Amino acid sequence: MSIAIIVVAVVVLAAATALIVSRRRRGARALVSAPRAAMPTVLVDEIAQRPTLAEPADLSTRLGSSRGVFERVRSLAGATSLSAEQLDVVEEVLLRSDVGVATTAAVLNELREHGAPEGVAATVRRLLLASFVPERGVTYDASSGRVAVWLFVGVNGVGKTTTIGKLAQRLVDDGRSVVLAAGDTFRAAAADQLEEWARRSGADIVRAAEGADPGSVVHDALGRARARNADIVLADTAGRRANSTNLLDELSKVRRVADRDPGEVVETFMVLDATTGQNALSQAREFLAAASVTGIVLTKLDGTARGGIVVAIERELAIPVKFVGVGEGVGDLITFDPVAFVDSLLDA
Amino acid sequence: MFDALSERFERLGATLRSRGRLSDADLESALGEVRAALLDADVELGVVRAFLDAVRVRLSGEALSQSLSPGQQVIKAVHEQLVEVLGGSALKVTYSSRPPTVVLLAGLQGAGKTTAAAKLASWFKQQGRQPYLIAADLQRPAAVEQLRVLGSSIGVDVFSEQSTPLDVARRGVAEATRLGRDVVIIDTAGRLSIDDALMQEVRSISDATTPHYTFLVIDAVTGQDAVVTAKAFHETLELSGIIVTKLDYDARGGAVLSARGVVGRPVVFASTGEKIADFDLFHPERMASRILGMGDVLTLIEQAERTMDQSVVADSAGRMLSGTFTLDDFLAQLNQVRKMGSLGGLMKLMPGVTKEMRSAANNVDEGELNKVEAIIRSMTARERTDPSIIDGSRRTRIAKGSGTTVSAVNQLLKQFGEMRKMMRQMGAGGASLPGGMGRMASMAARASAARNEPVPDGFEALRAGMSAGQSARAGTGSKNKKKKGGRVTPPKQR
Repeated sequence: MSIAIIVVAVVVLAAATALIVSRRRRGARALVSAPRAAMPTVLVDEIAQRPTLAEPADLSTRLGSSRGVFERVRSLAGATSLSAEQLDVVEEVLLRSDVGVATTAAVLNELREHGAPEGVAATVRRLLLASFVPERGVTYDASSGRVAVWLFVGVNGVGKTTTIGKLAQRLVDDGRSVVLAAGDTFRAAAADQLEEWARRSGADIVRAAEGADPGSVVHDALGRARARNADIVLADTAGRRANSTNLLDELSKVRRVADRDPGEVVETFMVLDATTGQNALSQAREFLAAASVTGIVLTKLDGTARGGIVVAIERELAIPVKFVGVGEGVGDLITFDPVAFVDSLLDA
Repeated sequence: MFDALSERFERLGATLRSRGRLSDADLESALGEVRAALLDADVELGVVRAFLDAVRVRLSGEALSQSLSPGQQVIKAVHEQLVEVLGGSALKVTYSSRPPTVVLLAGLQGAGKTTAAAKLASWFKQQGRQPYLIAADLQRPAAVEQLRVLGSSIGVDVFSEQSTPLDVARRGVAEATRLGRDVVIIDTAGRLSIDDALMQEVRSISDATTPHYTFLVIDAVTGQDAVVTAKAFHETLELSGIIVTKLDYDARGGAVLSARGVVGRPVVFASTGEKIADFDLFHPERMASRILGMGDVLTLIEQAERTMDQSVVADSAGRMLSGTFTLDDFLAQLNQVRKMGSLGGLMKLMPGVTKEMRSAANNVDEGELNKVEAIIRSMTARERTDPSIIDGSRRTRIAKGSGTTVSAVNQLLKQFGEMRKMMRQMGAGGASLPGGMGRMASMAARASAARNEPVPDGFEALRAGMSAGQSARAGTGSKNKKKKGGRVTPPKQR
């Protein structure tokens, strides 16, 4: 199969570059005149206030900055058809939250077709909530005789290791015995970072030298967990881009190792940084395919980013967000609540 | 996943075509597509609006080009404006007359500051400087250790001590002076832009070390929040430039434009992979093509011009269309393409190729290319010129000679035969090369679908990609010989 790919790729590349290069050599006058006016380097001086769709009751404290927009939206609340201006406000709120063009367009279409019988804010709220997967429980236990494994995957820098540290603390506090598997053998000192978390939380840890096979680390952690009768293994993996098949294959392999007796992968969490934009959707798609992701941990929600892209992920891929990180403290990793999340998207 | 802008314009093209001048309505519908593409690429809404306003002013009433379709003309103008914004007032790194030159890195958690610090140090080393790294991120467990490991791998010393970030920075700079290092790079802790205490801390580091350059490290996958971050850091630190990381992801990277648009400072460096060497000066044209989803034709061209033997490739391309393409030609092409880089890397630069094709090409390793070469080299000269004479016993011999299997030989011959047939049809039909390649691609796709292979459906979009490539390239001032509608005439070979 790859031979066929090679033939096609080589021929097309050779033909295309020969063509492009030969035409480029001919060189001639420019097609369109140079820009008449120079573009300003600073495009936006003041970052616009994000408008709001909040209900009147929620708004009492925030009316100062957003009264104008709010009044415009409320003036037609409950109407069967919305003004262009109202639709613009809805669009702006959603786009600025990283919900994305496609999901935003779907909401706007719905509003255009069916109006907003409950009022604009309540209708948008209902439409967004409908995107969330109904079944969102977290599995802690494996079938009898097996060791439960939570596998953590994600791109670089989203906070996988920190998330594992916080969840380890939480599980230990709940009275579970936890083994951490330092499966990120790529990033320099990642295992040191996890070890620090193990020390703080009182969890056990299995680590190997940098560059070691992550599958073997997970395998050893399962052995340790079995020997010590531990309840659960939290397995870290190296951050990886989601557009490299080799890296994804490696991840699939780690998952297979983790799921082999005595291990049983009961959750595979994709850790996602709330500042991420539209790329999050392709991350989720690829990790879902490679590692059967069962839930998302949305980190860094304590910043100014809204993390609205998870609406698109829930809607298109049906992967539920299960935990959110709202601060640096150990206790700042909480169970995700769609209602609170949507309210925060639409409110502030 | 998202339509490339060029594909959106294909659909729009019919209505825009054949009018003498862009009407306001035409312009608005075209700019509507651009707006969606920019938003898909994560450019912040306010920046999108301001940018489109500027483009609108420039384009309204513009005479239509004879050689570009109106859609292409709009893309080209948008592309040029993007390049201008992204590349305007570029920063040239100069060195302090009283060394060391101090460089401060700041950014959100997880943007890749520590890795960028090491990569930057390695870049300075390549410029013949003697860099020194200071590990002032005492927040994240093991960040210091990470910088130490990276530093030793590139042979750059790392300063660290157990104190406060401010003291580490101050003493590190003093130590660099004592050691006679001429560039110092300070890695700081990642912080939320709304965390006043930490923002004050990085401010005090900046005040104490008076850096010559302060770079914001920003992640190419960032969404709408990029402007808030960039603005907050700029207000606190007065940035001199931006370093963008994770450009090896398949994100369009609109955050770069957002950040650039609010702070007005240039993007200086780009990090494009996990290896230390995957780091270089930022190329605005490439970023512009990427934001618009046009592939990175310029890099492809550059690589081709640098490494390819033009005559070899041009000859074989000519024979392709005349239907006399041989396995020798293919072998020559294979070697030329290999010189340019990995198949996966090259396909990534090629506009209009789908993710499936890209990842398929990405998985091809050197060994498999060697295998293909071995198979062809195990054939006689006659077999290479006329593969139809290769029967069962010849196949067995070739497989043995190349150390492969008969089924590998079969695959090669079959795919080669299909490609050759398509090319002959292209040539006979007088079709333009890119147009024909679109057809070739869909035929190849059908052929492989029959075998249940995920191969070349990527080429369906090649034609659209090629026309986008033309507009991308037009920014360099070359004129392409083509008919109306952006079709390219093939080299005359028949």
